[in-house]
Amino acid sequence: MKKEYLQIDKVVGPLIQISDVDDVFYGEVVDIVEISTGNIKKGKVIKIEEKNVIIQVFQNTAGLAAGNSIIKFTGEAFNLPMSLDLQGRIFNGIGQPIDNGSDIFSLVEANINGRPINPMSREYPRNFIQTGISSIDTLATLIRGQKLPIFSGNGLPHNELAAQIVRQARLGDNVNEEFGVVFAAIGVKHDDEKFFRKSFDEANVMDRVVMFVNYADDPIAERVTTPRCALTAAEYLAFEKHMHILVVMTDITSYCEALREISSAREEVPSRKGYPGYMYSDLASLYERAGMLKDQVGSITFLPILTMPNDDITHPIPDLTGYITEGQIVLGRDLFQRSIYPPVAILPSLSRLMKDGIGEGFTRGDHAEVANQLFASYSKVQEVRDLSQIIGEEDLSPTDKKYMAFGRAFEAQFLNQGFDEGRNIIESLDLGWQLLSLLPLTELDRLSPENIDKYFPKKA
Amino acid sequence: MAVKQENKAKGIISAINGPVIKGKNMTSFKMREMVTVGEQRLIGEVIVLEGDIGTIQVYEETEGLKTGQEITPTGRPLSLKLGPGMLKNMFDGIQRPLEKIQELSPIFIPEGIGLLSIDDKKLWSATLTVKPGDLLLAGSSFGTVQETQVIKNRLLVPPNLSGTVVSVVPDGEYTIEDALVTIRDAKNELHELKMAHEWPVRTPRPNAYRRETLVPLITGQRVIDIFFPIAKGGTAAIPGGFGTGKTMTQHQLAKWSDADIIVYIGCGERGNEMTEVIEDFPKLIDPRSGKSIMERTVLIANTSNMPVAAREASIYTGITIAEYYRDMGYAVAMMADSTSRWAEALREISGRLEEMPAEEGYPAYLPSRIAEFYERAGSIETLGGDDGSITIIGAVSPAGGDFSEPVTENTKRFVNVFLALDKSLAYARHYPAINWLESYSGYIKILSDWYEDNVAPDCITLRNKMLELMYEENKLQEMVMLVGEDVLPDDQRWVLEIAKIIKVGYLQQNAYNKDDTYVPLEKQYAMLKAIEYLYERGREGLKLGIPTSQLKNVDIFSQFIKMKYTIPNDDLSGIETLKDEIDQYYEVLFKKYEN
Repeated sequence: MKKEYLQIDKVVGPLIQISDVDDVFYGEVVDIVEISTGNIKKGKVIKIEEKNVIIQVFQNTAGLAAGNSIIKFTGEAFNLPMSLDLQGRIFNGIGQPIDNGSDIFSLVEANINGRPINPMSREYPRNFIQTGISSIDTLATLIRGQKLPIFSGNGLPHNELAAQIVRQARLGDNVNEEFGVVFAAIGVKHDDEKFFRKSFDEANVMDRVVMFVNYADDPIAERVTTPRCALTAAEYLAFEKHMHILVVMTDITSYCEALREISSAREEVPSRKGYPGYMYSDLASLYERAGMLKDQVGSITFLPILTMPNDDITHPIPDLTGYITEGQIVLGRDLFQRSIYPPVAILPSLSRLMKDGIGEGFTRGDHAEVANQLFASYSKVQEVRDLSQIIGEEDLSPTDKKYMAFGRAFEAQFLNQGFDEGRNIIESLDLGWQLLSLLPLTELDRLSPENIDKYFPKKA
Repeated sequence: MAVKQENKAKGIISAINGPVIKGKNMTSFKMREMVTVGEQRLIGEVIVLEGDIGTIQVYEETEGLKTGQEITPTGRPLSLKLGPGMLKNMFDGIQRPLEKIQELSPIFIPEGIGLLSIDDKKLWSATLTVKPGDLLLAGSSFGTVQETQVIKNRLLVPPNLSGTVVSVVPDGEYTIEDALVTIRDAKNELHELKMAHEWPVRTPRPNAYRRETLVPLITGQRVIDIFFPIAKGGTAAIPGGFGTGKTMTQHQLAKWSDADIIVYIGCGERGNEMTEVIEDFPKLIDPRSGKSIMERTVLIANTSNMPVAAREASIYTGITIAEYYRDMGYAVAMMADSTSRWAEALREISGRLEEMPAEEGYPAYLPSRIAEFYERAGSIETLGGDDGSITIIGAVSPAGGDFSEPVTENTKRFVNVFLALDKSLAYARHYPAINWLESYSGYIKILSDWYEDNVAPDCITLRNKMLELMYEENKLQEMVMLVGEDVLPDDQRWVLEIAKIIKVGYLQQNAYNKDDTYVPLEKQYAMLKAIEYLYERGREGLKLGIPTSQLKNVDIFSQFIKMKYTIPNDDLSGIETLKDEIDQYYEVLFKKYEN
């Protein structure tokens, strides 16, 4: 029989401190029972010092007082029951059902913190996922098992883009391989959660979606567990049940804010902008759970969304994320203001894994060269635009004028596409060639003569 | 390997805070002693002792630990077992082979698997080169083992041991734990020499003396070998924001550097990148040995989600392994990707110890730790009298891509080559995105003799001239941004045209092209010489009043841009043909204008 405690010494934000405690372990889950109502709050031991214990409470600590609650140590780490029945269900940030359905019962339980995948056990991801979006497929290709975040800003259509990817992406190679979606909403507005739920409904995937939702007005300590619950479910489905899982998570910024709030309540030494020094390791413990394993079917492809505070890509949250993830899709405000959807700013966008997942046998032999040339040419467009700001477009050299035309056409035809429009990779590549043909051949130094012969549009 | 149990008092866990725990009853523990913690026997290291309270950093996940559990001393500092079996292998931050961990747990890395090290069951075919009566000095070699197809492991006497050989086993198959030679030291004590010996990771291995570094590390990368060379035994840093290609550059160096041994540390980086190395390296053929490059490579992986304390140790594990091979007389190159993650691990531990932070939360001892690390590089004479060297190439991941942050700033103080990666080059897919204006090499002067003797007498002059041209181009570009290219005088426009060839045709190098991924020095030089030739011929034309538009022959220019692909690495005759074409074209053109 585990001991129960009545005396709370200190309550700071989401943390409570109790003293004179024996026989508890680091990471142990506690139940905090309010005596008058019988309500149970959950918490976790995050620091032990002699007989003093600090507990992080996942629900609101309002109303807690010395003497009005019983603290029970459960003797268990934070485990969640795992089962195929998770699919189609909605849970809160600590894995309790909030869809009026029954609890999940299963003999299989998993620790939500997971453990690092041995690099020897990993399979290097090489399978191209067609999202049907030209800018992503051609220039920042999504690979199965990749972690590719969307760097966005407030008000930009990142939710629409994520929903479009969920709707259009083909995850498995053949019909026998099952796919599923795990969705984690961390500190999101009710509207955003509704939007995703509606999109999953419309895409007819709702019965394959596991949702973990922590609303913006829910307690922040729960934000720290929301993504962990979601990834634990994803690991179970992908590595135990051999499904291809797409994990969509929004918004990582809320997650990091919660980390900062808890860290400050713990009186830790802050590093940049008040975020804790361990934020890199902490984020890595989420992102690194994506991947594939050797010699078995199943994968976790991870699409986290984060809104860059003040659109600043050097802010610690996008910065640390960029160092861990395998590239990023950056949305640009200027494109958005010019009504280009999806407003993918291709120059800072990058997919680190695309080099091995494109070309002959995956997409088409010319893919790498076309992508490279589009990047190089569009980067030149930026220079020419800066120049035209100063001397006026009229005074540009003839070649530079062609760059201006190419830039406009590229944005209007290639980047821009409908919310319901899916283009396959061949269409996207051909469109790329067509646009490149607006430029003189001498400017196209990334294309090999063989591919120019084969694909360059012949002038009528 | 069984941990030796000494009859010593055990500590009792009194506090737990993430990877840092405290224990009571620890008066008999030593600073930096390795300990095991709790029922799962997690591995840790004593980092602070104060009265009978000790602080321990734990190299494994601490969830599940309880106060009151035992802390067991091992009686020795965190050490590595150095012996054959490290090459072609991948280890975690404290030298536990990931392959063996995989046998114990197929997918994830659990805690509490104890201390594992190199394989002590495998039989190696040893040749003993000493006989009874021989005097064996510390650090000398007493035999050899063919460790991989290309590397002979010279079995070394530990640096702290010497004596007269008493007995030797015959040549044959032995494990690393078998006693091969017995020696009697000056105190008349007998010691057994085995293939492997232990060495504490935080103590640099001794050497006879340090030499000057006079030979470059040839990497096959044009921007490095010609413009910013790294000396064997030197130090280099590669800083760059995310997406600028640090890891890519480090991989290229690990693949193609002409070092004998490569030690590659994935420190706090992506799991998939280590998997890529394991999958790719065995397939790549070393141009010198003709064998797989994995035959000379040791990998250390502490991916970003592995325990942070082991990340701090991984750098020392790597450099100690590098020193071991250096002491056999090999030229070792060590890549650390990324040293920023190591510094952040220091910061995290320091924060949990509640130390007073200096800049951006980093501990005040950050600069001295960085200095100690880079100073373990160098070209030396080993205790056994051979030449050995360690070149350290550290990636730095500055927060926000800002080079003025503490880790980049302090690294800059202690390295001689600075290869600054540039976001705007990376955005334009100019790879390697090494910015030629911000980068520098402090080895140009001491290596210039080597380049003049081994490449071409004018190699360094040519390099300086072309670099100057690139500086000039940068200034002209600023002007172009204001007024447009058309208004510049012809000689300046010609500089811009040539600079474009250098950028696209020379500095950009395609890691995915089978020829361009590694380019021999002769071709590197010949290509640049050809560009200079075109530049000079063009200037003759300018004197005749020929406009740049006429001097720029589209066909010749596109040949220059593509010569890295079209001219094979082993047949440079194409470059002479190209020069002939330049001559032919300009002869005709000049005639027209002379008249």
